Amino acid sequence: MRLEGVALACIRGGREVFAGLEFLVGGGEALLVTGRNGAGKSTLLRLVAGLVRPAGGRLSLSGGDPERSIAEQAHYLGHLDALKPSLTVGENLRFWMRYLDLASAKPAEGAEYTALAAVGLGALTELPAAYLSAGQRRRLSIARLLAVKRPIWLLDEPTSALDRDAQDMLAGLMREHLSGGGIIAAATHGPIGLDRARELQLGAIRPGIHPGIRP
Amino acid sequence: MNALAAMFMRDIRLAVRVGGGGGIGVLFFLIVVVLMPFAIGPDMALLGRIGPAILWLGALLASLLTLERLFAADHEDGSLDLILMSDTPLELAVAAKALAHWLTTGLPLVIAVPLLGLFMNLDGHASAAVALTLLAGTPALTFIGLIGAALSVALRRGGLLLAVLVLPLTIPVLVFGVSASNAAIVGPLPFGTPFTILCALTLTSVVIGIFAAAAALRHGME
Repeated sequence: MRLEGVALACIRGGREVFAGLEFLVGGGEALLVTGRNGAGKSTLLRLVAGLVRPAGGRLSLSGGDPERSIAEQAHYLGHLDALKPSLTVGENLRFWMRYLDLASAKPAEGAEYTALAAVGLGALTELPAAYLSAGQRRRLSIARLLAVKRPIWLLDEPTSALDRDAQDMLAGLMREHLSGGGIIAAATHGPIGLDRARELQLGAIRPGIHPGIRP
Repeated sequence: MNALAAMFMRDIRLAVRVGGGGGIGVLFFLIVVVLMPFAIGPDMALLGRIGPAILWLGALLASLLTLERLFAADHEDGSLDLILMSDTPLELAVAAKALAHWLTTGLPLVIAVPLLGLFMNLDGHASAAVALTLLAGTPALTFIGLIGAALSVALRRGGLLLAVLVLPLTIPVLVFGVSASNAAIVGPLPFGTPFTILCALTLTSVVIGIFAAAAALRHGME
């Protein structure tokens, strides 16, 4: 499996965010997208997720399911948690499991509890999400990535609001995902606990100079 | 189907739980209709004559009130991103949301009509006629409003924009809804003619509303 971006360009609100962006990330590899604020890290992830249309260039995925688009094979963990405060923790997760997982008509019994236990929310299944702290909301969003299997994870500052234990837990989950052949693209300012990751630095772009990928 | 059922059930749950919009529409409808006799005065004959129009206007405003949050809430908490990324066609997701919205806000309006008809000096027959026209017509209001709700997310302007966009489009529904009610109550027109047109308007708006709202959402995510 290989996710490749060729000569990607993006224009937002009349301003060029980036142009001529190239990246390549293979199965079992992580791509850390770094750069100053406003460099286009989130935009790049949203572009891969199909939520922003590129102004130029193309994205391709080889080795995935040819019937489904890149977005349909990707999990997007953005700044927003996509949780409804009046639903319980379990109901929130169950909804996304049923909505996102078309492959299995009925999600495996217990997948929900396994995912919630893995992020440390096993005891809070019946609690309305309104009562969760910012870090717990983040954990619940992460549980979505575990409950529905998708090969590409697009993580936008995944460690924000997480305490140290949760950051370690997330690093473990990411390593597990990579060892299963998955792909991770993460926008981040600091280390997220992955040792061997390619880095894509945004924002240092001058006209005519393409940003390189440092292994 | 499973994904759509999940979406439908989620929206129903959200509407009926605390803080959901389920009861607000009916309360607003109640207030609008109850205020009318105070404004118009105790002229029973006049109230009876304009009753169907007042009930229709009240239902129109009440259904607009809750529509604004239909996509805005999903947009604000990031759910819309995931919905757009999913394999489920956006049109079907939009339709499931609209159906859930109508069941939780449109249908209660219809059910409240026999009670509110009393305030308007409508007898049982007249109330039944208004309720029947609202049953056929409120889905049109929901699905036309769907376009406005999607546009207000796409254009990142909430609130009043929805009303300004949607209200002119609902004029035909209002015209034929009220004229069908009046035809049933006082005649002399046959009830069937305006009522059939009302049903046609509803069916048309279901089709157009779903595709237009989905197109607006896709475009708006740019």
